[in-house]
Amino acid sequence: MKSKALTNLLKETADLYLFTIRFFKEGFKPRFEVSELINQCFYIGNKTLPLVGITGFIMGLVITIQSHPSMKAFGAESWLPSVVSVSLVREIVPVITALICAGKIGSGIGAELGSMKVTEQIDAMEVSGTNPFKYLVVTRVFAAMLMLPLLVILSDAIALYGAYIGVNMKQVISFQLYSNQIFSKLTFSDVLPSIIKSFFFGFAIGIIGCFKGFSTKNGTQGVGRAANSAVVAATFVVFIIDLMAAQIADIFSIT
Amino acid sequence: MSSEKVKDKNIVIQIKGLKKSFGENNVLNNFNLDLKEGENLVVLGKSGSGKSVLIKCIIGLMFTDSGSIKVFDNEVTELSHDELDKMRVKIGFLFQSNALYDSMTVRENLEFPLRRHWINTTKENVNELVLEVLNNVGLAHTIDMMPEELSGGMRKRIALARTLILKPKIILYDEPTTGLDPITGKEICNLMLEVQKKYNTSSIIISHDMNCVKITSNRIIVLIDGKCYATGTYEELSKSSDINIQHFFDSIIRTV
Repeated sequence: MKSKALTNLLKETADLYLFTIRFFKEGFKPRFEVSELINQCFYIGNKTLPLVGITGFIMGLVITIQSHPSMKAFGAESWLPSVVSVSLVREIVPVITALICAGKIGSGIGAELGSMKVTEQIDAMEVSGTNPFKYLVVTRVFAAMLMLPLLVILSDAIALYGAYIGVNMKQVISFQLYSNQIFSKLTFSDVLPSIIKSFFFGFAIGIIGCFKGFSTKNGTQGVGRAANSAVVAATFVVFIIDLMAAQIADIFSIT
Repeated sequence: MSSEKVKDKNIVIQIKGLKKSFGENNVLNNFNLDLKEGENLVVLGKSGSGKSVLIKCIIGLMFTDSGSIKVFDNEVTELSHDELDKMRVKIGFLFQSNALYDSMTVRENLEFPLRRHWINTTKENVNELVLEVLNNVGLAHTIDMMPEELSGGMRKRIALARTLILKPKIILYDEPTTGLDPITGKEICNLMLEVQKKYNTSSIIISHDMNCVKITSNRIIVLIDGKCYATGTYEELSKSSDINIQHFFDSIIRTV
């Protein structure tokens, strides 16, 4: 029983690998589905922004409030803005944004493509002379890759504002002083790795969602399973990428 | 078009020795078929007998194990993806589930096949074509509706309109009356005949609905055990004493 599960896992991993190879083969060949790419960017970016923004704001606020007693105990209260901002920008915001997107975008793509697969809409696209891989997969993966870094940047800004309110709940500090304290410690090498890794988060979420949707079987039950497994797999891969990013940053001394 | 008139016409689809299996299950086993210009050929068989697999192999949605499929003298099994796309312009495919894009309006569903093939077509021409095919299926008023707002029969008509928009020479119908009540089913069958006359198409119709078979067929192929078990007109086969063929015709006596 265990060996069957392991075989299925290995087979699925191999299929995902081939699916990814196909993405690189077809993704850079014309014809480019620009209007669908813009649609998907709008859907992924615009529709996810409120959720990502609210979560970023709350994370900034909560982490500041929770860090305050410890910082105060060490007499480092004035360091609160810079410490919180570095942890938000480097780790918390990119990962939380990616996890939200894995839930919202990954499940959405998995369910949408899965539903199209079981109702023969993907076959209909193929017989009408449109390459469904280009139209459905390439556009969604590129849109996720483009939008995730933008969402992370916006969420960073919102989270830092949340942190400002959190700091002001315990002490009075002007926004200018708060900004100065943040940007005196926050460097380019803090921001760049988080943007780069969010690009890979977007790729992983997009490709896994599309793969799960495209390989849907067994009718409507399969659609639910595709959406669910897309979220689980994308979440897992986000953490793996995060771990790898931390290791790579450490190797190149971007710490 | 009568069977006699069809006899002298050119062959548009020729299948020889087609084999397709799924694991141990030999769905199509040395299957042969000829479709002539202007002919309505019904492939009759039980559920799971490989009828849908057959037309999916013809249009290149499924790979064959062996055998030859020629469409307008093009060997489908040897065509590249781009060549297959060009060939598909000449073939319309009506899916059993209609396969309308449920996130698009009726207009967008009909425009979708055009966007690939007729890039230089103006917006006015596209609009004209959409209205033309919608008028031909009698549903011009549904142009801005979503598929979910339509009844089963209307969806079937829209799906047929979508196959017609590229003005195909051949239409493959996958169980066109499945899930429809007998009256709507009959309307769809009559519409298929109208379409054939107006667009001068040849058709392969996959069905086990004998009322539909009676209305639409010029010739019937009975598919049993993956092979062409018998062939003939509706009248010829209905008089057959073969028990396997009679099973199909018994069902119409009970349902009519």
